[in-house]
Amino acid sequence: MNTGIKQFILEAFAVLFTIVVFWVPFYFVILTAVKDKKEASLLDLSWPSAIHIWENMKTVITVRDFMLIRAFYNSSMLTLFSIMGLVVVCSMAGYVMQRRTDRFTPVLNFLVLAGLIIPPAIVPTIWVLDGMGLFKTMTGMVLVEVALGFPFCVLLYKGFMATIPREIDEAAVVDGCSGFKLYYRIIFPLLQPVTATIIVISAVNIFNDFVNPLYFLPGAKNVTVQLTLYNFQSQFVTQWNLLFMNILLITIPPLILFMIFNKKIVSGMTSGAVKG
Amino acid sequence: MNRKTMKLISLLCCTVILALALAACGNSTNNATNNATNNATTNKVNTSSQEVKEEPIKEDPIKEVTITVLVDNTQDAVNGGNAIIDAFQKVHPNIKVEMETRPGGTEGDNWVKTSLATGDMSDVFFYNSGSLLQALLPEQNLLDLTNEPFMDKVMDSFESTVAQNGKVYGVPVGSAMAGGWFYNKKVYADLSLSVPATWDELMTNNEKIKAAGITPVIETFKDSWTSQLIVLADYYHVQAANSTFAEDYTANKAHYTDTPAALRSFEKLAEVFEKGYMNKDYLATTFDAGLKMLAEGTGAHYPMLSFAVPTIEQNYPELIDNIGFFAQPGDNANDNGLTIWMPGAAYIYKNSKHPEEAKTFLDFIASPKGMAAMATVSKPTGPYLVEGAVIPDNVANVVKDMLPYFDANKTAPALEFVSPLKGPNLEQITVEVGAGITTPNKGADTYDHDVQKQAKQLGLEGW
Amino acid sequence: MTKIFKRTYSYTFLLPAAIIYFVIFLLPTIMSFFFSMTRWSLMEWEFIGFENFITFFQESSLRIGFKNTFIYAVVTCSLKVVFGLLLGVLLTSKLRTKGYLRSVIFFPTLVSTIAVGIAFSMMMHPTKGLINTTLAFFGIVGPDWLGNTSIALLSVAFVDVWKGVGFATVIFMAGILSIPEDYYEALSIDGGNAWHKFWNIIIPLSRPATNSVIILAFIGGLRSFDLVWAMTRGGPGFTTDLIASIIYKQYQGGFYGLATAGNVILFIFVSLLAFPLYTYLNRKEVDI
Repeated sequence: MNTGIKQFILEAFAVLFTIVVFWVPFYFVILTAVKDKKEASLLDLSWPSAIHIWENMKTVITVRDFMLIRAFYNSSMLTLFSIMGLVVVCSMAGYVMQRRTDRFTPVLNFLVLAGLIIPPAIVPTIWVLDGMGLFKTMTGMVLVEVALGFPFCVLLYKGFMATIPREIDEAAVVDGCSGFKLYYRIIFPLLQPVTATIIVISAVNIFNDFVNPLYFLPGAKNVTVQLTLYNFQSQFVTQWNLLFMNILLITIPPLILFMIFNKKIVSGMTSGAVKG
Repeated sequence: MNRKTMKLISLLCCTVILALALAACGNSTNNATNNATNNATTNKVNTSSQEVKEEPIKEDPIKEVTITVLVDNTQDAVNGGNAIIDAFQKVHPNIKVEMETRPGGTEGDNWVKTSLATGDMSDVFFYNSGSLLQALLPEQNLLDLTNEPFMDKVMDSFESTVAQNGKVYGVPVGSAMAGGWFYNKKVYADLSLSVPATWDELMTNNEKIKAAGITPVIETFKDSWTSQLIVLADYYHVQAANSTFAEDYTANKAHYTDTPAALRSFEKLAEVFEKGYMNKDYLATTFDAGLKMLAEGTGAHYPMLSFAVPTIEQNYPELIDNIGFFAQPGDNANDNGLTIWMPGAAYIYKNSKHPEEAKTFLDFIASPKGMAAMATVSKPTGPYLVEGAVIPDNVANVVKDMLPYFDANKTAPALEFVSPLKGPNLEQITVEVGAGITTPNKGADTYDHDVQKQAKQLGLEGW
Repeated sequence: MTKIFKRTYSYTFLLPAAIIYFVIFLLPTIMSFFFSMTRWSLMEWEFIGFENFITFFQESSLRIGFKNTFIYAVVTCSLKVVFGLLLGVLLTSKLRTKGYLRSVIFFPTLVSTIAVGIAFSMMMHPTKGLINTTLAFFGIVGPDWLGNTSIALLSVAFVDVWKGVGFATVIFMAGILSIPEDYYEALSIDGGNAWHKFWNIIIPLSRPATNSVIILAFIGGLRSFDLVWAMTRGGPGFTTDLIASIIYKQYQGGFYGLATAGNVILFIFVSLLAFPLYTYLNRKEVDI
């Protein structure tokens, strides 16, 4: 009985805590997004006298010749191609790096660790990209996301590869399935759980990436959703309702992803992060 | 909600997003053919102009040529650009002008620099004159316009701000601006104050305004660039006290710390803070909020550039006549003058494939007609720098307050137009001084170092 | 066997990764050591030795970044460890609402940093903001969270913790869940209470999770840029400038050589702190 009450109080306190610390900010964003300009400028939690959700949405979407739509398109393409690149490149690398041990192994491990820790050298990267004609292009941006996402993803793949018994490889080799076929037919399908994790984590990271597009993908035609937010921050200085509507709209894709994969994200992240 | 409906909803959402993405794609293709000035089509515009470039240069003169012009994305700049382009198209239907936009502020500076550095610049671009231009390495990147006939129409005072080593690179876009103090005439009338002729008089006015329960000085440090105004608008007095300051400063012979008149600029900024004349929340107040306070009379003064006039006119049309303007006063009532800002300029990219057409466009901009076209969407906030261009009569009274200084020849261009040096961190430093985080001496010292850093990066002589 | 082994696990599998990683990451990193010693316009450079580095260390507006970055990383990292561990314990206990709690706490991780920064800078407005109006309701005069020079950096760090604690919590949860039940049973036989369970079992045995959180959060803190940029742009003045935001400002100014020197300094700064920390933590892990 006593522990029951204790636990009830603890739970009530925890729920109350999440309401104050997490729900109030979200509520504030949503509320401000549907207010009109004047009420939004009060920055408070009062209920709006009229809901302006469609008006605000229309304004935000149409502003600067549908910049937001273009941004959604760009961000989706960037996310899609980067993930495809990451999965292919990192699964192959992780496969070999886990299976093979020789004198290169410490060097490779060091390079991966270095990639996790070292911040990328911005201007020289621009210089290199420009030299290849890839600066300000989607291809260049995808390559940057793949290169910078590589260390983390390869660690996850390596960690997961360790749980796949070598006997499987050997049996396959005996059956005459070797080389690329072994990887493609046998190993890659077995990696599916960690691939799913990587897709979800990378999708969120790349869709929400602000710094790299800021540096490597400047220009109005290349704008990504995070950059629209940044641009609108100076344009909508007095129209908080529109700024917050933009926040709301660009949070929808990660939100959908979250609803679908809620449980998987957490379990996937944990298995990867702890092993890695 | 069960799992199935959840999945259905998310699937629907994804479809909608995908559909939107595809729609955007189709949209921009359509626009590219129809709408020349459409921002959404920059993508297409670029490729199409590239296609044009790849064609043989020897083309039929009657054939339509497309040139691109880059402006910053503020509403004012876009409107002004559109007005000029529209007027130009009527006179020169053969030269098609397409507008591209870039971000403003320091973001935009960087945008222009990397575009030039990576050889990806539009044919014509609008950009600041003065020190910011110097940082673009004009000799490498811009077309020399010194011997173009249309340069004769441009006033010498402007030419010097778009020149390097005796070569001239641009024509003015719009009118000159002034930096000084906006004030609310109604507050002045209610408290029977008069326009101050000295800094001390200004401070006395502030004391009375404060006693009346009104904010004497509006400061809006959330937009940190606004914090520089008191220091920058004081330059008339710096120059009055040391006529060679700009040269010495560029040559590393004079600095803010060792020139009393220049140090005074920082001291003035600090004085406003020390006496508590500023609005509360000045660190969280934005430029727009500052204009609102000024128009509504909850604040009496706002040190600002005259380019704020159109915004006030647009947002508070019924209150615009309450707003007046005076130059930042100095310590001597007899020598009072105005610090002015030169307008931005139109430049031609050196590697433009259509230099002749671009020149025709610049010729049009630097004509009374071009200036008049701009005036239809954004009224001048000071005199024009092109011969024959006149200020329309319908400008706000606050602009007329500036004209006597010009008529009496009591003006000086701000330091950034007479020296290539303007430290990039000035706005952070003036926030520090203006918010009492640091002393004026220390602020001036930090700024001297900031300037030194810039001079070294520009590779100037003597640093 | 070695022949088959070599052919099966051929290094050609590594080739795409190696090319991309080398060209986009390693090559620029190596080049940065050269370009940091130049005055550079992207097209041409002039070798100027260590002048950029001297400028970086002499100028107070640049120097402040070291202190701020270190404080920011230590504060965010330690708060994430403490709160992450506590929440991890809470969410692995027998709560009925733990599914809900976990989702709510984790959600901010998925929201963009810029969005979070903008929303919080609104809520931290000194007079109109939600935080101070709430405090005023209880009769407390709240400070200017982002304007007061002594707390602005901590305010930003607080938002960073708010956003990142969900991730730390999840890692701790996994660490705690992987502790075998036997330990708890042994403890209950010995008559230990909840505190003993926490102190003698959970803390030492969730060490790998703790290490992961420390490393990830600390490196993240050292490299942090977007949140500060969205909330304060490094201001007021230079109060909340981090090394990464200073690099961005030099880049904006067109001082590419100086920006690259900043990059090299950040590189050294992070390596000097992170590599030893990494080896130290891993050594400890072996001891247990």
